[in-house]
Parts: sequence; structure tokens; C-alpha cells
Amino acid sequence: MEFALTDILSILAATIRVSTPLIFAAMAGIFSERSGIVDISLEGKLLAGAFAAASVAAVTGSPWLGLLAAIVVNMLLSLIHGFASITHNGDQVVSGVAINIIVSGLTVVLGMAWFHRAGQTPTLPSDARFMPIHLPGTEALSHIPILGDIYTKLISGHNLLVYVAFLSVAVTWWVLFKTRFGLRLRAVGENPNAVDTAGISVAFLRYRAVLIAGILTGIGGTYISIAQNASFIRDMSAGQGYIALAAMIFGKWKPLPAMFACFLFGFLDALAMRLQGVSLPYVGEIPVQFIQASPYILTVILLAGFVGRAVAPKADGVPYVKER
Amino acid sequence: MAKTKQPLPAWADIILIPLINLFIAFAVSSIIIYLIGENPFEAFKVMIEGAFGTSEGIGYTLYYATNFIFTGLAVAIAFHAMLFNIGGEGQAYIGGLGVAVALLALDGILPFWALFPIAIIAGMLFGAAWAAIPAYLQAYRGSHIVITTIMFNFIAANLMVYLLVNIFIVPGSMTPESRVFTENAQLPFMHEMLGWIGIQISESPLNLSFIVALVVSILFWIYVWHTRWGYATRAVGFSESAAEYAGIDPKKIIMVTMLISGGLAGLAGLNEVMGVQHKLMLDFVAGYGFTGIAVALMGRNHPVGIILSSILFGALFQGGAELAFEMPAISKEMVFVIQGLIILFSGALAYMSKPWLERFFSLFVGDNSSEMEVA
Repeated sequence: MEFALTDILSILAATIRVSTPLIFAAMAGIFSERSGIVDISLEGKLLAGAFAAASVAAVTGSPWLGLLAAIVVNMLLSLIHGFASITHNGDQVVSGVAINIIVSGLTVVLGMAWFHRAGQTPTLPSDARFMPIHLPGTEALSHIPILGDIYTKLISGHNLLVYVAFLSVAVTWWVLFKTRFGLRLRAVGENPNAVDTAGISVAFLRYRAVLIAGILTGIGGTYISIAQNASFIRDMSAGQGYIALAAMIFGKWKPLPAMFACFLFGFLDALAMRLQGVSLPYVGEIPVQFIQASPYILTVILLAGFVGRAVAPKADGVPYVKER
Repeated sequence: MAKTKQPLPAWADIILIPLINLFIAFAVSSIIIYLIGENPFEAFKVMIEGAFGTSEGIGYTLYYATNFIFTGLAVAIAFHAMLFNIGGEGQAYIGGLGVAVALLALDGILPFWALFPIAIIAGMLFGAAWAAIPAYLQAYRGSHIVITTIMFNFIAANLMVYLLVNIFIVPGSMTPESRVFTENAQLPFMHEMLGWIGIQISESPLNLSFIVALVVSILFWIYVWHTRWGYATRAVGFSESAAEYAGIDPKKIIMVTMLISGGLAGLAGLNEVMGVQHKLMLDFVAGYGFTGIAVALMGRNHPVGIILSSILFGALFQGGAELAFEMPAISKEMVFVIQGLIILFSGALAYMSKPWLERFFSLFVGDNSSEMEVA
């Protein structure tokens, strides 16, 4: 029984670690898509953020400067995406695909040029990273059965950015549903014409939305390279941006449900690592690839409309052309 | 009152704008190469020489181009119906699986002339099957094809790992690869074919599927512009509701178009599996499906444009490999940067230069514009 509890706790703690970048990217996606801009480039932004953070942290030794660099770089990428899809009414999916491909190449090219390693940055010492924090009272509480274990092993002991991820969900919810900016942002994703008629700039609102997405993916990318890992490795985002996109859809473009979708997908990932080569009673050995593919399969099933419908914001992906 | 702009002459729209976009993409790439500390002109010279300087280089360029023609046509036919098939990657992967399944099952029984068409059909069928579910969901359930095809790319990647590790692997081997097909199940290389008629060229992976790609391009042109189905496809792309009034069933057209699209992407598997690798292995698609998007955008969804831009991208890939060899400071991933920039400037920002050009052209036909304004 004791063994089972530690097992469950370790899977759940792994779930939280794996879900963190998904949460940042999913919140970024919500901001962007709620304003009507489809963002396929979440994947590329996570990767760009990871590279920027790891490079700057390697050179300066400061994780905070790394974080700042990741945020700045991703805001620039957001501006490119905005320039193409807001200013020039270009195809948002095409723009996103372009950014993903550029980033996947450029991170390797720059890594090679700057650090002379094929698509890698130097391994960081621990003071150049975001390291696990032990919340107050872990010593005292660890003696309490079950609850103490949950506190020390599940709630405490993550790095700062994990807690920031939780915070970002609350902030996203608050901004979107409790502020005037959020109301307008949601309106511009549903009916930009009405927002324009009310004398509010559609373009400016959408630019702010994609910039926020840049900030959030910047933090997510930072987490991947200098908190979860100790260096940048080529293509280390490994589809997490797309999984976040799936989680956002799964959560029906709402912060809290999207967060739970991230946990679900993160849990499946943690489970896949755990179940590698393990034979379960009755079922036998579940192929790891099947569990790894399950977030995508689940999203397709959801999109098919068989288990509740996922309806995107009405103006999502539609360029707004002012009528004269 | 703003000065009315002249509509651009057709040649400017078809030739000048793509060239300007290409120029901007290469200009930005040059800046990046310069920042890395290399001379961009030198770099492009190395790339061009690597791609076209030797018969081996040309062979490699056209071998890459073969893949891009297939995936480019796949993206293009979907674009004609206003569908964005981003799943060429997965469809090509599964198409290769189809080719391999057919050849592994039959290579001991049938001669080459029977295996060749069977492999083509198997590749197309598997590729089409992989596009079928996203197509159905788009047509009948209204789920967005961009998202579903992305998801299917990942499902395909996982499925292929599973199949290779558990089913196709040669017993006792550590590498997840199938056995090599017997010789009657391998497409002849171009250097072999030309050797039969006495022409000597250097060895390269260029093979018979390049000819298949050219034939398919002609069929594509006939289908899209000279058949009733192609007309219906373009009509649906132009306006779904108008097409419906004209008695066209958009749902059916979406299904058919996506199946053709998946089938075309599947043929990239023919080139790689039957033409080059002669076995089923991991990741042989290597991003060719995504390059197809760039190719279709640059080629304006027309086979002639697609063949030309496929050769351009083939040259990029081949020249990029040479570049990494000659200038070690630039890794071969520079090609992806250039590719992404081309997608950005000739796709998402395709008409960035249009207002300037219109103003420029109206300088020369200033008087006509006032008449136009009245009209």
C-alpha cells in the first residue's frame, strides 16, 4: 500500500512536470485564438524560447536573463506572425508553418555558429537554471502519513516556473473574463466587425493578444530548456506545441478546462514512460506508441463531435478586412 | 479621393511578384549568413555549384525534386478546393508503408513490370486512406482539416515506430528496418537507365519515379483544368455555396479532393521506399511533406510552377548539403531557414509588395487610371 502511494505520487509529480510547458503554450493559444488569430506556431515559439533561454543563460549565467531573452525573442516572432496575419491579412496557418520551420532550422544554425555544437547549447550549472524549490514546512510536515507525502512529493519540490504555470491559468481566466480588455478580446474573436464599429482597433487588440502569446510561450520555452533540462537540444519541443494546441481545443478554448486537458495529456505521457515494457494484468503490454499517440487520437475524436462539440471562436483564422 | 490603382498586368502577378518574394526570402537568408560570419554570395555560389555543377549534383537535386513534386501537387490539389492539407508528411509516410507492404508480400512472386503498378497503387491507396478520416471529418462533421491532419501526422509517426519495432523488424536485428526488397522490386536508378542506352552519368538516388512525377504532373493539369471533377473542385474552392447552387455536392468534392491529395503525397513514399532505400525504415519522409506546402505556394498550385519550384527546393536541399561541407560554420539546417522564409514571404506575405507595385505601374499609365475611375 505504501509502495503504491509513492508510485502514484511519482507519476502525478511527473505529470505536473510534463504538463507545465503545455499549460503555458495552451494559455498562449487561448489568448491568440480568442482574438481570432490561429497560432500553429506555438510549437516553434516553444522551441525558440527554449533556445534563447539556454543560450543567454549559458553566456550570462543568469536564468532570469535567459527568461527575459526567451520572452523578447518570442514577442518578436509574435510580431512577425501578427505582421503577416493581422497587417497583411495573410494566411495564418501558412505563417505559423513558416515560423515553425524557420525556428527549427535557425536554432540549429545559430547553435552551431555560436557554440560549435550540432544543435546544442553548453550544459548549464545549477545556478544558471531554475532549480526545484522546497516549500516552507516540508521538514515538519513530512512525518504526517499520506498528507505529508502529498505535500513534500507532489506539491513542493518543483521549480518556480511550475508554480508560475498554475498562476498563468488563473491570470488568463481573470484577464479574459473579468477585465474590459478580455471582453473586447473575446469580442474581436467572435465578431470583429462589431468591435470595429464600436471604435476599437481590431488590429491593435489582436497584436496585443499575440504579444501575450509570445510572453507565455517564452516562459514555456524557458521551462523546457533551463528548468526541465540543463541545455538546449535540437527540436526539443518535440511536438509539445501541437499537443498544447490539442489541449486548447480539448478545453474548448477555456483556461481551466484547457489546463485539465494539459494534465490529461501530461499524465498519458508520464504513464507511457512508466509503462514502458511493463505487462499489465488482463491487458498485457500496452504499446508505448499507442499511449504517446493517444492525445492526438483523443483530440480527433473530440473534433469529430462524438463527445461534446469543440466550437472555435467564430472569427478564428479569418483575416479582418475593414469595409469601406 | 485616393488615386485609383491600376490592376497589375498578368505577367507581373504571375512572374514578378513570386520573384520579388523569392528575392526578399533570399535577402533575409543572406543577412542571417552574414551575421553568422560567412559571405552570403560565396555561400550561394557553393550551393548553386553543388546543386547544378556536376551530374551527380543534378541527380541529387532532381531526386529531392521528385519528392517535392509529389507532396507539392498533394498540397496544391487541396488548395484548389480551399482545403489546407498539412498532413502530407503523414500521408507520404503511410504511403511508403503501403509500397513496402505490397513489395514485401509480392517481391518473391511477381516480376518488376507487375510490381511497379502495384506499388504505385498501394502507395496511393495507403496515402489516400490516411487522408480519408480528416477528409470525412471536414466534409461531414465540420472539424477543421488543418488540426486533424496535424494530429494524423503524429499518429502516423507513432504507428510507424510501432510497426517497425514490432512487426517489420528483421528478427535478431537491432535497427528498426524491414528486410531489403529483392532486386525485381527496386526501381531502376537514372544512371542505370541512361547506361542502357549508352549515356554515362554519375551515380545518384535519382530513379524512375522522377518520370512518374512528371507524368502525374500532366495528369494533374488535365484533371484540374480539363475535367468536370476538376471544374467542380475549383468551384468548391471558389465558393462552396455557389458550387452547391450549381448542383455540385461540396462534401463529395472535399472527400474526392482529399483522397487524391493523400494519394499524391503517398507517391513520395514510392520514390523513397521503392526507388532509393529499398526497404521500410524510420523517418524516410524527413520533412518533405512540409516542403510540399512551400512548393505549392511558390508554384501557385500549377504543375509547371510546382515542377520549377520543386527543382528550386531540390537544389536548396542538395546545395545545402554541399554548403555544410564547404563552410562548416553553416550547418545544413540553413536550408530549413531559407525554406521557412520562402513560405513566409511567398505564402503568408505573398501580396506584401502588391500595393507598391500597383503604384509603380500606375506611374506609367497615369492617364488611363482616371478613365478607369469614371468607369
